[in-house]
Amino acid sequence: MDLIPAPEVDLISLAPVLVLSVFTMLVMLMDLFIGKNKSGLVFVSLTGLLMTAVSSFAKTDWPVHSFGGSFVVDHMSVFFTMIFCLSSALAILLSVDYNKREKIRVGEYYSLILFCTVGMIILASSTDLIMIFLGIEIVSLCLYVLAGIRRGDVRSSEAALKYFLLGAFATGFLLYGMTLLYGSTGTTKLAGIAEAISSGQTGSQPLLTMGVILLVLGFGFKVASVPFHMWAPDVYQGAPTPVTAFMAVGPKAAAFAAFFRVFTEAMPGLAPSWEMVLSIVAVITMFVGNLGAIMQTNIKRLLAYSSISHAGYLLIAIIAKSSLASSALVFYMLAYAFMTFGAFGVVTLLGREGKENLELKDYSGLGFQAPLLGLAMTIFLLSLGGLPPLAGFVAKFYIFQAALKEGYVTLVVLAVLNSAISFYYYLRVIVFMYMKEPEGELQISLTPITLLVIIIGILGTVELGLFPGPVLSLAHP
Amino acid sequence: MFLTFLTFLPLVGAIALAFIPKEEEGAIKQTALAVAIADFLLSLQLYADFDTTTAAMQFTMDIPWITDWGISYHVGLDGISLLLYIMTTMLTAIAILASFGVKKHVKEYMMAMLALSTGMLGVFISLDFFLFYVFWEFQLIPMYLIIGVWGGPRRIYAAVKFFIYTAVGSLLMLVAIIWMYFHFHETVGVFTTDIMLITQQINLDMIEQKWLFCAFFLAFAIKVPMFPFHTWLPDAHVEAPTAGSVILAGVLLKMGTYGFLRFNLPLFPLASVEFLPYVCGLAVIGIVYGALVAMMQEDLKKLVAYSSVSHLGFVMLGIFAFNHYGLQGALLQNINHGITSGALFLLVGMIYDRRHTRLIKDFGGLAKVIPVFTVCFMIMTLSSVGLPGTNGFIGEFLILLGIFQNQMGFAIVATSGVIFAACYMLWMFQRVMFLEIKHPENEKLTDMTPRELCTMIPLIIFVFWIGFYPKPFTKTFDASIEHLITQVEPKKTHESPGGHHAAVATPVKMAKAEAGLHETH
Repeated sequence: MDLIPAPEVDLISLAPVLVLSVFTMLVMLMDLFIGKNKSGLVFVSLTGLLMTAVSSFAKTDWPVHSFGGSFVVDHMSVFFTMIFCLSSALAILLSVDYNKREKIRVGEYYSLILFCTVGMIILASSTDLIMIFLGIEIVSLCLYVLAGIRRGDVRSSEAALKYFLLGAFATGFLLYGMTLLYGSTGTTKLAGIAEAISSGQTGSQPLLTMGVILLVLGFGFKVASVPFHMWAPDVYQGAPTPVTAFMAVGPKAAAFAAFFRVFTEAMPGLAPSWEMVLSIVAVITMFVGNLGAIMQTNIKRLLAYSSISHAGYLLIAIIAKSSLASSALVFYMLAYAFMTFGAFGVVTLLGREGKENLELKDYSGLGFQAPLLGLAMTIFLLSLGGLPPLAGFVAKFYIFQAALKEGYVTLVVLAVLNSAISFYYYLRVIVFMYMKEPEGELQISLTPITLLVIIIGILGTVELGLFPGPVLSLAHP
Repeated sequence: MFLTFLTFLPLVGAIALAFIPKEEEGAIKQTALAVAIADFLLSLQLYADFDTTTAAMQFTMDIPWITDWGISYHVGLDGISLLLYIMTTMLTAIAILASFGVKKHVKEYMMAMLALSTGMLGVFISLDFFLFYVFWEFQLIPMYLIIGVWGGPRRIYAAVKFFIYTAVGSLLMLVAIIWMYFHFHETVGVFTTDIMLITQQINLDMIEQKWLFCAFFLAFAIKVPMFPFHTWLPDAHVEAPTAGSVILAGVLLKMGTYGFLRFNLPLFPLASVEFLPYVCGLAVIGIVYGALVAMMQEDLKKLVAYSSVSHLGFVMLGIFAFNHYGLQGALLQNINHGITSGALFLLVGMIYDRRHTRLIKDFGGLAKVIPVFTVCFMIMTLSSVGLPGTNGFIGEFLILLGIFQNQMGFAIVATSGVIFAACYMLWMFQRVMFLEIKHPENEKLTDMTPRELCTMIPLIIFVFWIGFYPKPFTKTFDASIEHLITQVEPKKTHESPGGHHAAVATPVKMAKAEAGLHETH
């Protein structure tokens, strides 16, 4: 195989990125000309995402490598692009009513989400460290702004600043890791690195190992795994709820896609060394996430810790490395998108102007006062916990399957014990919803578009749980 | 198809209830009851159509579900599950009738009850590991809500404890299931989660069997509950509403023993024999410990709850006797315990509704005030004690007969459990029903209402029916028991040449096994 072919320009393979970029700029331009009512932007944004999803099938003879082996259209990248479009669309839908209520009237909001999505697609499709870094930066910069989009709100600004400072710090690690990797192998292409490692043509071994560890740390920040998980609860809590949901799904999925690619495609030869590190990180992440969530009284913080623990489960997929694991990873992210957006949808609905009702005790009596909403939340929480026959269960089943196939029994046993712990705090929300007396009359205004997000979430969660067959065949190459 | 219809009928009923306005409590109760009774009556058809001469699965249905993973919707009944299935539909109807007095959130309560029924029925018919696991976990949610929403003062604690205990056990079982799934693919070359196929063809060595046995054991031992894993049970029973306790004791505990019969024995025969002394030891400890603790209880409901720990110990002993009598007794005692404990919980619930207390010392002399209630209570007490002529006698007698044949030591200790049972039950009965009336409130108690009598009569009929003529019941599982014994025996003798297993396989059992082989071929 020719390692470094002459850089050819294959715009077709870039189609999703190009289409979405065009629409993003369109949204930005439109924002200048339309008045205070931004609903037109929503429509254009959603159309853009739909077109992007369609255009990701511009190449179907996967895998297609282009731009001198730094960009790829393959099974994973296409599936992830779908997930990104879905999660961004859901985030935009979720924002419509929320922004109206919270008086967030900036048109940039939508273009930032779209730009972020462009970054995510690049991240999931890159096979070159430089490209991956570019993707991460595009995603991160958008998120810094989005987290602080409620400028008047102290928490929101705090979240943005915290995320920015820590994010910049972690990016340093990532870049340094990439540099060391480049230094010892002489290339930034993932395939090239793998080649160099397997043929033993690497520089000093300690530098390489150092690079790997720094990469684990850098990616670890992006996916909110221990020891760089501390930002997640604060940022999740402070950011506007739709942005929180978005951050928990899209960018996280993108980071995992790149994480998976870098470690399984570039460094299979070093597997014994990073496997151990990642296993430890995964186990601690699960425990920290789950035990941390138990203490929380704020639903957003609780979901933040829960998302940390989910990062732990997902790390198991990276450790398992196989193609089955990559399918498990995408399936998990899809299931996670549905249930997370659904849960945050309910969280958004419960809020009112000036009072977000984010404490668990605000959920008291919800199950009987608004039975359907209570049922929806119950389904999302149980699915997050991994109870059959819901999407979360099938997703976990898939990951555990992939890991057991490669023989990681201990890791899986620890993961299922963590699932059992996680039931405790998911059930705690249900305890409040069904088993506590309401503290006052709940005033819920059922805004239609948010309801739509919840319904999509329910459909996805139940469908993927009961009949995962079709999606499984798509997910598995 | 009929079996699927019966299993999902309650769930459909639950969904239908959602469309009845909340205020129409009468209509909601009646609809729920009608669905449950219809389900029970229709399920009797299964008994009529059941072929008792074969151990094969009947009423089967097998359609692909998740083809990528070789998972299918495969259901069926055999002798082990048939009576449990029918008992479940019956107890559901009785439980719903018994909960007509429920005050708050009637609609949600009835929906939870019906959904619970589908979950339980599904566990007994699943012939696919994945499907089994889905039902196994699914029934947790309605039960969790029933305890947590409609239960007593410490209901939240009890509900969460119930849920987490079961979840921990079953998640490890899930790991074992997935492991077997890959192992089966490696050795046989097929990706499947079909229980029948795996049971027939899987080939596991001793070490593998031991690990897998432990994973399954934990899940089922928590559910049974066996001795060190039983602590969730008193809490759940005491806090659950009456109907919840009935279902919990009557059906949910049976899922544990059912699991041992369906999975542990046929899948891991070597490990089952290897662990026999430990399992029997725990069972015997459970029998004696449960009885002693029951004796000390001041709360009627707690007393019945601990008596369950003791009685289920007998069932476990019967299962691990590995012979015809033991297994027959275990299966029958499963049903007996469902009837007797269910009835006792109902009776305790009735008295609690009247007096709002369950403490033994608050009663005394009730026999004069409420004679009908007392007679019912006495019948169930005697059945629980195992008086000849009642169902309890037949079950415990068969179990002891079975275990005496090859585990003399355990049998002797277990027999003491029967005596202890007489002690705590009769002593309790005496303190509640006889003696002088110490509390003036007790003089004004009203006797059973017709509705309450309706919940009791079917159970009383079964107490005597099984007690005097158990044949219609035992004949349903004879063929399956023979098959089960042959599944355990040949593997045991072929794969473990060497002394210490042979010691367990007594000549009587070998003869049984051969007889079983001849019958089935």
